[in-house]
Amino acid sequence: MRPLSESQTAMSIAAPVLVGVLLVAIWEIACRNANIPVYLFPKPSDIAEKLWTEGPSLLTALGMTLRVALQAFAAAIVLGTLVAFLFVQSRAIEMSLFPYAVLLQVTPIVAIAPLIIILVKNTQVALTVCATVVAIFPIISNTTLGLRSVDPGLVNLFRMNRAGRLQTLVRLRIPSALPYFFGGLRISSGLALIGSVVAEFVAGTGGRSAGLAYEILQSGFQLDIPRMFAALFLITLAGVALFAIMIGLSKLALGQWHESEIGAET
Amino acid sequence: MTHNHLLVLAPNKPLPVQSGALARAPVVEVLSAEKIFPNGTRALAPIDLTVGAGEFLTLIGPSGCGKSTLLKLIANLIEPTDGRILWWSGEFHKVETAGRSLGFVFQDPTLMPWARVESNVRLPLDLAGVPKSESGERVREALARVGLEGFARHYPRQLSGGMKMRVSIARSLITEPDLLLMDEPFGALDEFTRNRLDTDLVRLWWERKLTTMFVTHSIYEAVFLSTRVVVMGAQPGRICRIMSIDEPQPREEGFRNSPRFGEYCRALSASLTEVSLAPLQA
Repeated sequence: MRPLSESQTAMSIAAPVLVGVLLVAIWEIACRNANIPVYLFPKPSDIAEKLWTEGPSLLTALGMTLRVALQAFAAAIVLGTLVAFLFVQSRAIEMSLFPYAVLLQVTPIVAIAPLIIILVKNTQVALTVCATVVAIFPIISNTTLGLRSVDPGLVNLFRMNRAGRLQTLVRLRIPSALPYFFGGLRISSGLALIGSVVAEFVAGTGGRSAGLAYEILQSGFQLDIPRMFAALFLITLAGVALFAIMIGLSKLALGQWHESEIGAET
Repeated sequence: MTHNHLLVLAPNKPLPVQSGALARAPVVEVLSAEKIFPNGTRALAPIDLTVGAGEFLTLIGPSGCGKSTLLKLIANLIEPTDGRILWWSGEFHKVETAGRSLGFVFQDPTLMPWARVESNVRLPLDLAGVPKSESGERVREALARVGLEGFARHYPRQLSGGMKMRVSIARSLITEPDLLLMDEPFGALDEFTRNRLDTDLVRLWWERKLTTMFVTHSIYEAVFLSTRVVVMGAQPGRICRIMSIDEPQPREEGFRNSPRFGEYCRALSASLTEVSLAPLQA
């Protein structure tokens, strides 16, 4: 069975790459044939050129955005997990607080970002707060669900062996919750990045702490559309990388035992 | 060998149907215990039952006859609505101070999928705070006892259904329980695997002088394993008949093919038919 699974891994990389190459080729040829002006819709080669020449400044901007996104992601993990632990302490706590977590989730960040930016003096902190608000909900809901999804048979087993509250938490609830928690991380990592970009857009920050959103805005004003696309490409790349890291972490933690990471070989 | 010998001596020995007083010291005494669930379901009518030390007592009956409920009452997982239960002639909270313990095997293997076989088996000792230096040896012994020496480092998903059940049994035995409660442990297994596990279980029970209570749906399993079979009826759950299986111990594969085995099975089957028809006549 080994060669098959190896060829499947190879396929899972080769197939999307092939599709990507094809799409980019069609894009390039179509733009060239139709003579579309670069300020309307740039060719991939124009974007690649911009990426090369403007690389350092764009990468610095990416660094700023990623910093905000990662800070927000970390804050969402810590706060979200704490809230989830609070929720599972009692149904009453969950019932009285969960609607507000939903409220946080459904409020458009574009609408409340200006308020947060006004209230919080430090722009960096304000951006982080906005991105955290966007990223926290999947962690809260998934971790809460996970902490509750414990095999009732195992609960009985722990009770029969007179396990304490802490023992049950550490040895039973937390391991049971891990697959759900990692599911939350995957969603949340992308949301943290989106949240930080959106917050930067709203804040329109200039100067030294300018992120990629600012670069996109500026490029738009200057009709430097290839640069805009180049910035967009970097954001997408960062999002995919974050997602891949989350999948890797999840494999590392659950690979030995959880169905989601095992596949059908056994 | 032994039962063939017995058959020659007493070929037409009548089957003992009703068992009288016990000579053995009582391990569990169920005294008019009754269970009514909060939704009004009367799972158990007041029941009296005494389980003696070293007995292998099987509960059998149609679905909804309260056999699992009775077992859970005895495991102290739930409390009786009325009546009481004594363990070694005392209350449940005195069980531990008296140096006694209970083992419970569930319908499912109920293993932690994230933990290796050895960690699963060691769990009761870990929860009791036994140091790893001591528990390691006991885990090895427990796994050897159920024939899983080479599987300590495996994960549950790498084992077959029968092997998972063995792990579950090893885990319940690691605390050296005096009373082993088993709730249809082999119900989900194929007959071949079940027969093998039954034979192993009889050997374990005999070697360790375990008092065992076993819930099953299978007549053959009940006859093969038990010293006494309790036939229960439904609506409400109650004890209808107690049948002694007075055959030499420990029983081996050959017992299944002996004429006596067939006689016991027919008698038990007749009781069960009677019991399951009773509510219709009422």
